[in-house]
Amino acid sequence: MHPALQGMLTIVIGVGACITYFWGSNQFLDKVLYPPKGPNAGRNINRANIIRPWLFLFPAVFALGLYLAYPVVETLRLSVTQRIPGGGSEFVGLDNYTQMFGEQKFWEAMRNNMMWLLVVPAVSTAMGLLVAQLTDRIKWGAIAKSLIFMPMAISFVGAAVIWKLVYDARPPGTEQIGVLNAIYVGLMDGEPQQWLTTPFWNNFFLMIVLVWIQTGFAMVILSAALRGIPEETVEAAIVDGAGPFQVFFKIKVPQIMGTIVVVWTTITIVVLKIFDIVFAMTNGQWETQVLANYMYDKLFRSNDWGVGSASAMVIMLLVTPILVWNVYNARKEMR
Amino acid sequence: MDNIAGTKSSLTWAVHISVAVLVALWLFPTVGLFVSSFRTADQIATSGWWKALFPQEQNEVLRTAAPDTQIQEGALYVIEGNLFETGSESEISAWGTSSREISAYAPGETADLGEDGRLTVMADGTYRYENDTAFEGRRGDRVFVTATAPPEFTLDNYRQVLLSEDATDSMAKAFFNTLTVTIPATIIPILIAAFAAYALAWMDFPGRALLIAAVVGLLVVPLQLALIPLLKLHLGIGIGKGYLGVWLAHTGFGLPLAIYLLRNYMVGLPRDIIENARVDGASDFQIFVKIILPLSFPALASFAIFQFLWTWNDLLVALVFLIDSTGETTVMTRQIVELLGTRGGNWEILATAAFVSIAVPLIVFFAMQKYLVRGMLAGSVK
Repeated sequence: MHPALQGMLTIVIGVGACITYFWGSNQFLDKVLYPPKGPNAGRNINRANIIRPWLFLFPAVFALGLYLAYPVVETLRLSVTQRIPGGGSEFVGLDNYTQMFGEQKFWEAMRNNMMWLLVVPAVSTAMGLLVAQLTDRIKWGAIAKSLIFMPMAISFVGAAVIWKLVYDARPPGTEQIGVLNAIYVGLMDGEPQQWLTTPFWNNFFLMIVLVWIQTGFAMVILSAALRGIPEETVEAAIVDGAGPFQVFFKIKVPQIMGTIVVVWTTITIVVLKIFDIVFAMTNGQWETQVLANYMYDKLFRSNDWGVGSASAMVIMLLVTPILVWNVYNARKEMR
Repeated sequence: MDNIAGTKSSLTWAVHISVAVLVALWLFPTVGLFVSSFRTADQIATSGWWKALFPQEQNEVLRTAAPDTQIQEGALYVIEGNLFETGSESEISAWGTSSREISAYAPGETADLGEDGRLTVMADGTYRYENDTAFEGRRGDRVFVTATAPPEFTLDNYRQVLLSEDATDSMAKAFFNTLTVTIPATIIPILIAAFAAYALAWMDFPGRALLIAAVVGLLVVPLQLALIPLLKLHLGIGIGKGYLGVWLAHTGFGLPLAIYLLRNYMVGLPRDIIENARVDGASDFQIFVKIILPLSFPALASFAIFQFLWTWNDLLVALVFLIDSTGETTVMTRQIVELLGTRGGNWEILATAAFVSIAVPLIVFFAMQKYLVRGMLAGSVK
């Protein structure tokens, strides 16, 4: 069958099945199992009301359990086992971790991930805050914001192509077609540089791509937060003789600190999972390896599920503090 | 802050200028790709895209017509014609007949080539080549010109990328594959999540707070963890690699955000409406379908856009769950990565392919930005 037809059919079947399930199960509950009439009407209504939430929740809870919760446990199990040739697997304890910690590529990935973690959330949040503040009071601010926000819609792969063109290098003496080298050679009189294959610094050129994408996200959230600051606090500060910079750093920033932290952590999670940009631009060569790409290499190139799972657990471990903190905050807010 | 005495004008200007610079910086890379996708391979390789927008001065080597086109005018043998192809709007600013002196003459001047004759070239490329004896040889003579060509753009790249039969370049199939992945993967999680969100927002049952906390927790679980266990599962139960697998995976991975967004929105709906409906005897199912769902349209739209952008732009999930060794089900992101590998230097193909893939999300983005922003504000964990 043509995949497009198959897709249409899936939509119809999927949506139909969902509706049939929700409608049917509710009908069954009300009409057959516990009908709200007869001698036990009151008890039946109560029973039906205890069961009903779980009818609503079942598909979601099932999918969440199968697609997100179970894999965490299963990955943990895989990370301490090893496949035996010919099928099956055996428990090997921490061997996979020991092997991984012995690999230089892993530490390179760790080092790079830490650099990404330090640079990208900080720069994106700062740029986002800057743009949010600057566009706050100008007439064409909305247009400016929407243009800076635009990269959010572009895929990491698309962004990789866009920036590869920016970083393109031609041999010395010929016309440079990458903007960066054109500026570097034309205005600063340098030799054309291979920005993406110069170890260490190339990491930063990859980070720029993510900053370019994430600044829009930070800007949108922080801009809304800035709008939410009570006008009186700013006015009072101005009356007391505060300059624009003092108003910004001493009045506005402290009031939106909570939102800044949220933006920071959200971008941090994106950074921890970063894969596509590195995969498409350098594929981890020239010392640009990151954890997610290292994991992909282990899984699908070396076909080593044990070490691959172990590196996935490292990513999970790095995310866990944020996970705990988010859950803690969400619960505090609900009380 | 507009009323801070004395600092207003200079600061306002500084703000306007810095915003303009930032916007330009942010746009520049994308515009570069866009412009490049309309240029020929030659143009891209020889000059930066930013020069494509202005008339360009370039040196060309052209030829006069072959001697067999000569005509005899009295005692003179003459070849006439135009150095450029018909339709060209290039303008010659200098020309020469030897590679050592490519700008020896101005347009309209006549070069005396001794016994080879006399050549006159005009600014628009027309020339008159005359000689007292007949021209000989098979080919015309070379003329070196310095010409200013107006900006020139072509749709050939798009024709090649969208219509060519060549499987490595063609994006048409990948485009439809991506669409096939995206639409079910956007619609199905919305339905499942909406029911769950309603239960979490408006129904009372033990364990509700725990479930909400679990959803918040699962929001940040990296999907990298799910790759092997689920691939094993899919292979084990016979789904294998294919559309069904990728739809299920996207549904699972999209659910936490969907539930979280929709619950947050539904909780904010006015309590009175729902209580009144309950008093009037409406069942939860009726309340959900007739009241909650229509009122939640903005939140549903927000999530739909998120999920659409995310599934359209996704590479990793497609690589793991969809694309098998035949490559029949390749998606656009994967196709572009392949092109980066095999045709890393062919910018005209790369730029066009990339632009085909980002055009749809950009349209969705600009058309529905309002909902996207709203969803983002509701979706960031407070």
